[in-house]
Amino acid sequence: MNIVVCVKQVPDTESPRKLKSDDSTLDRGAADGVINELDEYAIEEALRIKEAQGGEVTVLTMGPDKATDSIRKALAMGADKAVHLLDDALAGSDAFQTSYAMQQVLGRTGFDLVILGSESTDARTGMLAAMLAERLGVPQLSLANKVEIDGSAIRIQRQTDYGHDKVEATLPAVVSVVEKINEPRYPSFKGIMAAKKKPVETLDVAGAGIDAGRVGLANAATEVVDFAEAPARAQGQIVTDEGDGGVKIAEFLASKKFV
Amino acid sequence: MSEILVLVDHVDGDVKKVTLELLTLANRLGDAAAVWVGPGYEGAKDKLAEFGAKKVYLAADGELTSYVVAPKATLLAKLVQDKAPAAVLVAATAEGKEVAGRLAIKTGSGALTDVVDVAEGFVGEHSIFGGGIIAHAKVRTGTPIIAVRPNSVAPEAAPATPAEEQVSVELSGADKAAKVVEKVVEEKGERPDLTEAAIVVSGGRGVGSGENFTIIEALADTLGGAVGASRAATDAGWYPHQFQVGQTGKTVSPQLYIAVGISGAIQHRAGMQTSKTIIAINKDPEAPIFELVDYGVVGDLFQVAPQLTEEINKRK
Repeated sequence: MNIVVCVKQVPDTESPRKLKSDDSTLDRGAADGVINELDEYAIEEALRIKEAQGGEVTVLTMGPDKATDSIRKALAMGADKAVHLLDDALAGSDAFQTSYAMQQVLGRTGFDLVILGSESTDARTGMLAAMLAERLGVPQLSLANKVEIDGSAIRIQRQTDYGHDKVEATLPAVVSVVEKINEPRYPSFKGIMAAKKKPVETLDVAGAGIDAGRVGLANAATEVVDFAEAPARAQGQIVTDEGDGGVKIAEFLASKKFV
Repeated sequence: MSEILVLVDHVDGDVKKVTLELLTLANRLGDAAAVWVGPGYEGAKDKLAEFGAKKVYLAADGELTSYVVAPKATLLAKLVQDKAPAAVLVAATAEGKEVAGRLAIKTGSGALTDVVDVAEGFVGEHSIFGGGIIAHAKVRTGTPIIAVRPNSVAPEAAPATPAEEQVSVELSGADKAAKVVEKVVEEKGERPDLTEAAIVVSGGRGVGSGENFTIIEALADTLGGAVGASRAATDAGWYPHQFQVGQTGKTVSPQLYIAVGISGAIQHRAGMQTSKTIIAINKDPEAPIFELVDYGVVGDLFQVAPQLTEEINKRK
């Protein structure tokens, strides 16, 4: 089974995250880069499927030089090889363009299964899996909290507000995962050492067959008009409970007409 | 005025409140035209009319809801082509965002997701990076497709007499590639949906166990609110994962948010920071949640929360 996991490097949510004032794109220098959290669950699920079914796990990332750190971590967890789509022409691409660029790379690598996290912690558009499925013309098995594969048949539980849907399809397919699906492993020392020898192919736009006129900030389908720091919330009233804390909150709620 | 399509979010005819919010927003920007997909329209038509649907495109074919997302996007793409609306609004739920994504590709359009407001010229307002930055964005190409966060707009009654038009679309093999074979409804009781609720009461690490969540539920129930949980609580298995509020869970924006035993790490704040009024109960006076609150009590949640529930009951 040829499994491709799409991984995005994002700014660590624990560090200050900023946009750049000149072009309103993410300031990647302002914060430490880490693997998007939900993508770690995608990597774990890919590894479990490989361990059960056999095959190969390829990590695919699009991002600047620094994204190499995220690739190494994914390889240390156990992925077999990686493709790094790296080109300044891609900078500032939105989800519409990113899905196009990844479609081009997936056309080269081939795939039985593409797995990714259901959302990134920086842009949080939650659209990429759906866009990829649409572009590739394969089943969209998104928001999965459980995946079962039997030959070419694949069945997932799709998390919904009311519980879940049981969804069936035939491979190849795009799967996106939610946090409930598994518990990602930590890279072992052996894994970290082995990762250094695993192949990482770097592709530029031309090498991936991407039309440079369809990617990058200047050609994006959306644009950030302006941005500013959110006004700080006014400091509220904080009291220490002296046996009547609950009553005091009720009084506050009454003053605001909630009760 | 030009038409603005609003994809109705409903479960078997039960219309979600966010749809009424979208109709209100659409009528500020143009003329709201509701798009109904699947069965159940008869029971919902009065509500759509009451909240200003000037037109309803009706696609009642049950087949459209038997597959994951794609048929809805295909239907909307056809309407975009045939009716040339000025924009398409969907709810910024997990599924709504996926519809937006597929529709964007089908129509060669830009999509904005999780906006909290839309101004003239279809400029969307986003609250990003855990609420730290307000950004405005617009669509450059195609028909603006905009996913709006529930509870961002107050729904306003604006009675209309919608013209109904039956619409249909032929589904391709790709549209039918992911088949929903069973819908499994898990126990949720009578509480409102988490993302739609006007009041949300959430419990975190301080709650200590699954059994103790009855304290959170009792407070939520007396307020008629929904129950949420921090990641610490869902990771520990104390409350089901679909109730997680935060960066890797749901984003909520209620009128009132009560955080009980939640420290307020960025992971959590990202999911609730746009709540209008915030209250916290936490024993740690240094907990970052107190930076956000309108009213906070430093104390033992096992004393304060039940007392609050009791006091609200007394005042009813």
